[in-house]
Amino acid sequence: MARTMAEEVARARVMPPPVVRIKDLRKSFGELEVLRGINLEIEAGETLVVIGPSGSGKSTLLRCTNYLETPTFGSVEVEGVPFALPKASRRAQERHLNKMRAQVGMVFQRFNLFPHKTALTNVMEGLLVVRGMNRAEAEERATAMLELVGLSDKLHTYPAQLSGGQQQRVAITRALVMEPKVMLFDEATSALDPELIEEVLAVMRKLANDGLTMIVVTHEMEFARDVARQVMFMDDGVIVEQATPEEMFSSPQHERTKLFLKKILRS
Amino acid sequence: MSGFDFALIVEYLPDFWRGARATIFYSLTSLGLAVAIGLVMALCRMSQFVLLRLMARGYIDAIRGTPALIQIFFVYFGLPMFGLNLSAPTAAVIALGINSGGYLAEIFRAGIMGVDSGQTEAGRSLGMSYGKTMWRITLPQAALLVVPPAAGEFTNLVKGTSLLSTISVSELTRVAQQIVGVTFRPIEAYVAIGVVYYCLNAIIAQGAVWLERWLRKSQGLE
Ligand SMILES: Nc1ncnc2c1ncn2[C@@H]1O[C@H](COP(=O)(O)OP(=O)(O)O)[C@@H](O)[C@H]1O
Ligand SMILES: [Mg+2]
Repeated sequence: MARTMAEEVARARVMPPPVVRIKDLRKSFGELEVLRGINLEIEAGETLVVIGPSGSGKSTLLRCTNYLETPTFGSVEVEGVPFALPKASRRAQERHLNKMRAQVGMVFQRFNLFPHKTALTNVMEGLLVVRGMNRAEAEERATAMLELVGLSDKLHTYPAQLSGGQQQRVAITRALVMEPKVMLFDEATSALDPELIEEVLAVMRKLANDGLTMIVVTHEMEFARDVARQVMFMDDGVIVEQATPEEMFSSPQHERTKLFLKKILRS
Repeated sequence: MSGFDFALIVEYLPDFWRGARATIFYSLTSLGLAVAIGLVMALCRMSQFVLLRLMARGYIDAIRGTPALIQIFFVYFGLPMFGLNLSAPTAAVIALGINSGGYLAEIFRAGIMGVDSGQTEAGRSLGMSYGKTMWRITLPQAALLVVPPAAGEFTNLVKGTSLLSTISVSELTRVAQQIVGVTFRPIEAYVAIGVVYYCLNAIIAQGAVWLERWLRKSQGLE
């Protein structure tokens, strides 16, 4: 039953807006419609795991969530504030985008660390440039954060001299140090050698347990089972189903989900 | 007229030295201007604004499609018709800077596009502006890719300064012409300045190697 206006108002007063709210998100590349109407909400402290076959639009969804890709249609809000300002000038929109993106951390499959900066200065970059923090304070913060992920002996090492697992931990720290409201992980362990995956997953588990809000695209089903509040199965640009991990893995509702899970759990 | 007269070169050494200094001066000042123009044009060429893209495109095509000599004449003899009178040295720097800037623009653009797009995305996802990301993340990495071809272009620029003799700028070639006018011995003078040009370019080549190594070191790649 639809809520009355009065109920909506009352609800809005007690309930803070979700950390991320995505409404009817669509994205096309030319003729190809990659996202075909995505709706989702994530509450503070929640971890949403997104699964789905390759090419289903998972990366595009994350990239639209921080506007690295501009959606073709629909809206993305962080704590009730939309990314798009339809009436703003180009400059104002650009400034607003930068401000919004600073609140959304992103971790990439290929790490994308700045190769010309050390682990420490990679992590300091956002604090210095975006936050305008002074060097001493930024260094102190970055050092402390890198220690938390077990990299205190790698502060002055360049990415080229770090293992993939270490690089990804630096990349996570680089995003985390900005104190984002939500973190997006796009197959953060897919480019890693098998023996390095666990050290990165361990960091992600810890963040989830500490109450960070996260959207995680991954093929690590065990991680999904342990950590996710909700698991979302995407295929062909739509959310096929969304459920708790228990429900999703023990009794998936849709044929496509069953097929995908069967394939991925076998490998 | 017989034999190669070294004494002649020694006799005119002060003049060659003056010419060499001028050549170096025009090379360096034009290079400075060319780097600035090249960078701006490269960024315009990749801008999201159609007008800037078209403008940069037109500029680069015009520069690369016409002889440098004509460009020098245009700046020195042509601009006065639009009420802009430039001294020969000023016209020289502007013309060579504009010329070399057209070539550097394409070199810079290739360098910038050679940097992994994931770098820009990482910068932008932190909330960094386009400009800050370009300046702090993309350009330092592009610099590494750009040094070898840019050094080649600098070599072209140094050789191109000899065209300035046509607008009576006393650089090396002009000095040699004047010496020949007095001595009637072209071989000595032209061999002498040929050697100087060659040495200048050898220095540039070596400098490029050092610069590249230094950049690699400062970026943790060695
Ligand atoms: N920049 C782009 N231009 C054109 N097509 C793209 C672009 N990015 C993604 N696609 C296409 O969109 C579809 C979904 O891609 P993606 O979101 O990367 O899927 P996933 O991450 O689930 O594997 C694919 O068919 C891919 O080829
Ligand atoms: Mg993907």
